[in-house]
Amino acid sequence: MKKLYSVLCMQSHIVGHNAVLYNKPFVESFEETPLLVAVLTYMGYGILTLFGYLRDFLRHWKIEKCRVASERDEQKDFVPLYQDFENFYTRNLYMRIRDNWNRPICSVPGAKMDVVERVTHDYNWTFEHTGTVLKNVINMGSYNYLGFAENTGPCADSAAEATVKYGVGVSGTRHEIGNLDKHEELEKLVARFLGVESSMAFGMGFATNSMNIPSLAGKGCLTLSDELNHASLVLGARLSGSTIRVFKHNNMQSLEKLLRDAIVHGQPRTHRPWKKIVILVEGIYSMEGSIVRLPEVIALKKKYKAYLYLDEAHSIGALGPRGRGVVDYFGVDPHDVDIMMGTFTKSFGASGGYIGGKKELIDYLRTHSHSAIYATSMSPPVAQQIITSMKCIMGEDGTTLERLRQLSENTTYFRRRLHEMGFIIYGNENSPVVPLMLYMPAKIGAFGREMLKRNIGIVVVGFPATPIIESRARFCVSAAHTKDMLDTALNAISEVGDLLQLKYSRRTRLSDDEEADHLSYLVSYED
Amino acid sequence: TGSFVLPGAHGVQSASSASSTKMASGQQWVLVEMVQAFYEAPAYHLILEGILILWIIRLLFSKTYKLQERSDLTEKEKEELIEEWQPEPLVPTVSKDHPSLNYDVVSGPPSHKIIVNGKECINFASFNFLGLLDNERVKQKALASLKKYGVGTCGPRGFYGTFDVHLELEERLAKFMRTEEAIIYSYGFATIASAIPAYSKRGDIIFVDEAACFSIQKGLQASRSLIKYFKHNDMEDLERLLKEQELEDQKNPRKARVTRKFIVVEGLYMNTSDLCPLPELVKLKYKYKVRIFMEESMSFGVLGEHGRGVTEHFGVSIDDIDLISANMENAVASIGGFCCGRSFVIDHQRLSGQGYCFSASLPPMLAAAAIEALNIMEEDPGIFTILRGRSIFTPSLKVVGEVFAPALHLQLEQSTGSRESDIRTLRGVIDYCLERQIALTQARYLDKEERFLPPPSIRVVVTVEQTEEDIEKASSCIREAAISVHQRSQDRSLVTDTASNRQPFS
Repeated sequence: MKKLYSVLCMQSHIVGHNAVLYNKPFVESFEETPLLVAVLTYMGYGILTLFGYLRDFLRHWKIEKCRVASERDEQKDFVPLYQDFENFYTRNLYMRIRDNWNRPICSVPGAKMDVVERVTHDYNWTFEHTGTVLKNVINMGSYNYLGFAENTGPCADSAAEATVKYGVGVSGTRHEIGNLDKHEELEKLVARFLGVESSMAFGMGFATNSMNIPSLAGKGCLTLSDELNHASLVLGARLSGSTIRVFKHNNMQSLEKLLRDAIVHGQPRTHRPWKKIVILVEGIYSMEGSIVRLPEVIALKKKYKAYLYLDEAHSIGALGPRGRGVVDYFGVDPHDVDIMMGTFTKSFGASGGYIGGKKELIDYLRTHSHSAIYATSMSPPVAQQIITSMKCIMGEDGTTLERLRQLSENTTYFRRRLHEMGFIIYGNENSPVVPLMLYMPAKIGAFGREMLKRNIGIVVVGFPATPIIESRARFCVSAAHTKDMLDTALNAISEVGDLLQLKYSRRTRLSDDEEADHLSYLVSYED
Repeated sequence: TGSFVLPGAHGVQSASSASSTKMASGQQWVLVEMVQAFYEAPAYHLILEGILILWIIRLLFSKTYKLQERSDLTEKEKEELIEEWQPEPLVPTVSKDHPSLNYDVVSGPPSHKIIVNGKECINFASFNFLGLLDNERVKQKALASLKKYGVGTCGPRGFYGTFDVHLELEERLAKFMRTEEAIIYSYGFATIASAIPAYSKRGDIIFVDEAACFSIQKGLQASRSLIKYFKHNDMEDLERLLKEQELEDQKNPRKARVTRKFIVVEGLYMNTSDLCPLPELVKLKYKYKVRIFMEESMSFGVLGEHGRGVTEHFGVSIDDIDLISANMENAVASIGGFCCGRSFVIDHQRLSGQGYCFSASLPPMLAAAAIEALNIMEEDPGIFTILRGRSIFTPSLKVVGEVFAPALHLQLEQSTGSRESDIRTLRGVIDYCLERQIALTQARYLDKEERFLPPPSIRVVVTVEQTEEDIEKASSCIREAAISVHQRSQDRSLVTDTASNRQPFS
């Protein structure tokens, strides 16, 4: 996640203006960082940096053993591959808490998972597997929103059939005899699922963005990108050669100002009008837990004749009464979104991505997408997994929409409980992505480890994935979580929260009535 | 500003008339004299100068004010402009008969026998060199993995998306290639496209072969480095560029000390099916202190005694190549790609390779399939010899190197006039062969996006599964097709093998 933040970035409370556009309350909160916490956090980084310099000094004079892999002797006189400062952060800060990432697992990434136990004898420079496995760790880290990460059941069975029939590879691109009947079946289904004319599927979610945006925008075009957009969108926009301007996260005034200025002033230097303007937004922002203000974006896009590219990587399947993502959640017409993009990695328990939209758009992509022409097409069992899980969400296999209901219930419950406990949690009340603020660098490592001790696997993130002082833990609620699991997790979070003094929120422990008055910062709308 | 000088000038004048002796004695008197002159000056003079100063101030301010006013549009004008602006359509319309709009549909697996548009054919199009696509052992391992892990990983490598099979595959690839470390990506295309910008940044210099494939081109673009193209496989041209750069570096040694330099080549070129002159490249590398990145998607699992690729083929030490990348979608017949090399180089991608960090990891069953494919390759290195034997598909023996290529390009000897008509002619050849149960495909490119667009061609792929008869049949079929198309179009286009110096296709 590429972000440019001003120092001391305090998320201001988002205030909406177009209440009429929403069919339900839009409640999203980003409680301000307490000042003392902010100061202490900066001090923490200051101390870490000082020690970093000290240890680099010791390493330089060979007083401390340097464990960094080094250049081979034959190439010592080449220009260094890395500038010394480039890896300062990795060497001195990340290395201290590296054990919280890349934890290997050896089971389905379902509601519970088995984590391979690792130890380090050299302060995280290398890891050794002890040979034991931490069984049944509650998984709050995987993007398994609808619980389709399964090794039994209809999805796995149909994927197994596809493996027997097709094998796993394709060894060709869509244009070069790599267009299987499975792919065509998948694309028809995706179009039907999204309620659009046509769709195209790609083998990798990241590449869906980075290899298709360049076919949609180019020189003389303007892309307006949310500041918290995923790296793949940023890369796609950059590869397109278009001019990129960034608006404040989910801030419609900022977006409108950019749109107005762009049309009024035209291109810089040449002053020609822009060829077209493309707005890039995501459905759910995976680090903030916020939901895009889609009705307002659509209103702006219509007013200013811009095109809207909506990346539903996290929201497809996870939001809306019918699981059709953020479009369904707000009850807007899918035709109002020009480019509907999403991934199959998360809710569908597969991998890859899609783009849906008008037939002309998809026809154009079929002939001009980098992916269709140069990249190997999707593995058949993966395509089958998507087909089966999607049909399940659509209720076509005779099951009810149980998973969707369960996810929404779990989300509400989990968020409410965390809030009651006094944690600062970010994002929309309906978002299954739940960031819990840790702030201080030392707490990142401590929280991750303490949780794993209690058999709960969570994700912690810090700089550069977040602004420097806004380190956080992130939970992804799944439909596969039972209430018991959530309670176990919540109790552990509370316990660790007390241990590490993470209950920062100053807006809790109030009775419901008081809270309603007090939470005037939460904007809610009734239609 | 003239008026500001006035009091001073006046002061000096009046002072000189009052006491000319003091003037000569020194500068320190000037200030005193100026103050004195100010007192002595007549009132009208001071008033006049005061007015002048005020006037200047007014002029200064009114000027900037006017500038601002000129550029300001009223709200109404802005609304009009917004109303007036008409964007281009999101995408241009594609004509219904665009050659690449209607794909050939493959029902069932694209293995040795392939059903294209409902017709069973022998596959001469998929990069399934070793025939592992429908290998029973590979399938069984994939199924076992599916039963254990499910399909998707539901997360990137950092967030519980690292499975034990991923670690095993990385270890196995490193062992197979005899390098310290390997890193896997979940998409072949993203591998080199992510690896290049992980190292080469703005201000760095990349020397790259003109024939480099599209994923390399995208990697170069993402790196925002300075790109210098050298003529395809022309080491003299490369050396010329390197020398030029050396001179440049001597002029600005401080900058040169931090400017990283890379040569990016393909082992076996996707677009031309010929080998890079690796030994020469390695010599240049040490002479000019440039690092080499090599893309080996077409040569990994094909060339060399053990299928290790171009380094093994030439007997070049793999340590001399800084980074090797390849996909696991051709010879390995799974999905994804990998980079390998020394840990010093490769490990950096675990935090800087965008396609590695920000993408969901490879589905474990595909990793398991790749491991089993490596097992087969290790157990039976004979298959590489068989494949190379198969590669003698056309009488192109005279050209050394190219005969090993498992995928050859067949081009028209003479263009029929335009790229479109060439493509149509080649499509005619393909359709003719499809009728006779030989599945072929054209090499497709994005005409407008390619840096150096290769001429239209049919790409013929040989695999270990094809028999002598299959190849015989395909050869004669293509020959007949070429003649028939030639007769039909009444021009002298003959299909030839480009890799064999335009010798007629026997």
